[in-house]
Amino acid sequence: MAEASYPEDLRYHPEHDWARIDGETAKFGITWHAQDALGEVVFYDPPDVGSEISKDEPYTEVESVKAVSDVIAPLSGEVVEVNAAVAENPELVNDDPYGEGWLAKVKLSDPSEADGLMDAAAYKELLANE
Amino acid sequence: MSDEPTSVTESVRPPATAEIPTPQQRERATTIFERSVEDRRAATLPPAGVAEAELSELIPKRFLRARPAELPEVSEPEIVRHYNRISRRNFDLDTGPYPLGSCTMKHNPRLNERVAALPGHARLHPAQDPKRAQGALELMWLLERQLEEICGLPHVSLQPSAGSHGELAGLLLTRAFHAERGEQRSKVLIPDTAHGTNPATVTMAGFEVVKLATDERGGVEMDDLRSKVDPEVACLMITNPNTLGLFDPNIAEITGLVREAGGTLYYDGANLNAIMGHSRPGDMGFDIVHVNLHKSFSQPHGGGGPGAGPIAVSERIEPFLPVPRVVRAETGNGAGPRYDFDYEKPLSIGRLRGFAGNFGVFVRSYAYIASLGGPGIKDASETAVLNARYLLAKLSEGRAGKYLPAAFDEPAMHEFVLSGGPAKKQLGVRTLDIAKRLLDYGFHPPTVYFPLLVDEALMVEPTETETRESLDALAGAIDAILEEAEADPETLRRAPYTTPVRRLDEAAASRKPTVRQPSSS
Repeated sequence: MAEASYPEDLRYHPEHDWARIDGETAKFGITWHAQDALGEVVFYDPPDVGSEISKDEPYTEVESVKAVSDVIAPLSGEVVEVNAAVAENPELVNDDPYGEGWLAKVKLSDPSEADGLMDAAAYKELLANE
Repeated sequence: MSDEPTSVTESVRPPATAEIPTPQQRERATTIFERSVEDRRAATLPPAGVAEAELSELIPKRFLRARPAELPEVSEPEIVRHYNRISRRNFDLDTGPYPLGSCTMKHNPRLNERVAALPGHARLHPAQDPKRAQGALELMWLLERQLEEICGLPHVSLQPSAGSHGELAGLLLTRAFHAERGEQRSKVLIPDTAHGTNPATVTMAGFEVVKLATDERGGVEMDDLRSKVDPEVACLMITNPNTLGLFDPNIAEITGLVREAGGTLYYDGANLNAIMGHSRPGDMGFDIVHVNLHKSFSQPHGGGGPGAGPIAVSERIEPFLPVPRVVRAETGNGAGPRYDFDYEKPLSIGRLRGFAGNFGVFVRSYAYIASLGGPGIKDASETAVLNARYLLAKLSEGRAGKYLPAAFDEPAMHEFVLSGGPAKKQLGVRTLDIAKRLLDYGFHPPTVYFPLLVDEALMVEPTETETRESLDALAGAIDAILEEAEADPETLRRAPYTTPVRRLDEAAASRKPTVRQPSSS
């Protein structure tokens, strides 16, 4: 996707991750800014389904033509599903970071953690100041 | 520095159209295997003077192949043309400037090639009895002494065969050093600007990486270092000047803190070209240094080898050095000294490779150092720094200064890092696009996207062997490219236009690489 965009329905983490919260579960991914900074993503190593991940800690790695980068969990919980399509075609992260390019679906252990995340306006302000 | 800004006239501006492919672009690169025709031969051998026998009578059946190896069958002129053709599709230092940051792609004097090609050097057998290879051992012994002087450390081993191999040796030495003291230490401190090989080596050697932050001047963040130095720290690995091309003014304090806490000090010698004859890692407080002979000491590189990454070490590390060591003994009978390999080092970490190393590399490096001498080596580093500063000054003006500013406003050493952040924001072109377009202008692009902490990084190392005219031309090309981007960024996004192959699909190359010739059967 060529143009920067930050959907209003997502919550954002300062390490350039998003969470789409749906009750007790959430989908995670990386933001337009993150995929733009990384360049073409060539590899995604999904976490194990069933593994526990913690807010602010790395839960997976993506490799781009530039570098291997940790992906930070915006919230804590148990991985219930991973996006096999991205493992097969990592460029989905570049093409559609908020849709087809999602990385993991997590059953949240503490949904109230989301209060610590940013809305789109706050995240855009963070990017403007970087 | 000239008063007139360097400009590229329209007549020398390379084409920016893809409509008419060049002859090289039209011709698909073929491998030697694809040229193979059954039973074609490059040579006809005379009849053997002894009776011929079936292979199966001479060699046990279990060692024989089930079917013949698929070797290319071609005539001699085809072989010559094939390699000549693919060499012309390459961009190398003999083609044009190659300012690839952190790689020190400098000219390799032809004198050293000539010396290395002497039959006594080139045809020496690796299993030769040391008694019959006294000259070779003497050369290795002398090269060790030269490297000791340059590094400011009292002992050298030539065993490691690459910079990364030297790093691994350094951490194995570190482990042996601590083990001898009855200590087990698990952490290795590394600045976040480090070469990627450093954390890879640490992990491979079984230690844990602890990253150090970079301060606003591009050096190690001292408070971060102080908070992380503890009795678990086995070693600090650092490059100085670092990958930003900056000499850390706190280096003595940095090494002092780690030494006091009981850790060893490792100096990554990748950037040694900046300081030779001016400052020495040993004097900065380091215990172990690797020297990339293929960077600073004139071994041709860039094709994957052969290289050499000798290590220089302090007295406290010496007992653990790899074997064999090259030793010299006075005969005392007027016959001159004798050289030999010494394997009797009980604390040694052992052998790091087969035989004694890439001997041709040693010959070139010895010839390089001996022909330049102390003052010449010092002069080489001075010129490397001067060239980098001159080029940085030229690039601080005009379009480059506006779109590609220096990442840190500090005195550069032998290389510097620019940030393409403004070019991306204001022109919509990435560092990668600028790098690709440079190929059309006859320059190998600088290192891109490293170090990672610089946005859209472009890391430039011109080296001492480029002339002022060549540096002016590079600055002029970058200015012309930015001018093109101002007019139409698409010109850069579709570059290069003149190379044998155009813009590559890097994602596909990384995801689905073709690394072997498909089998014909």
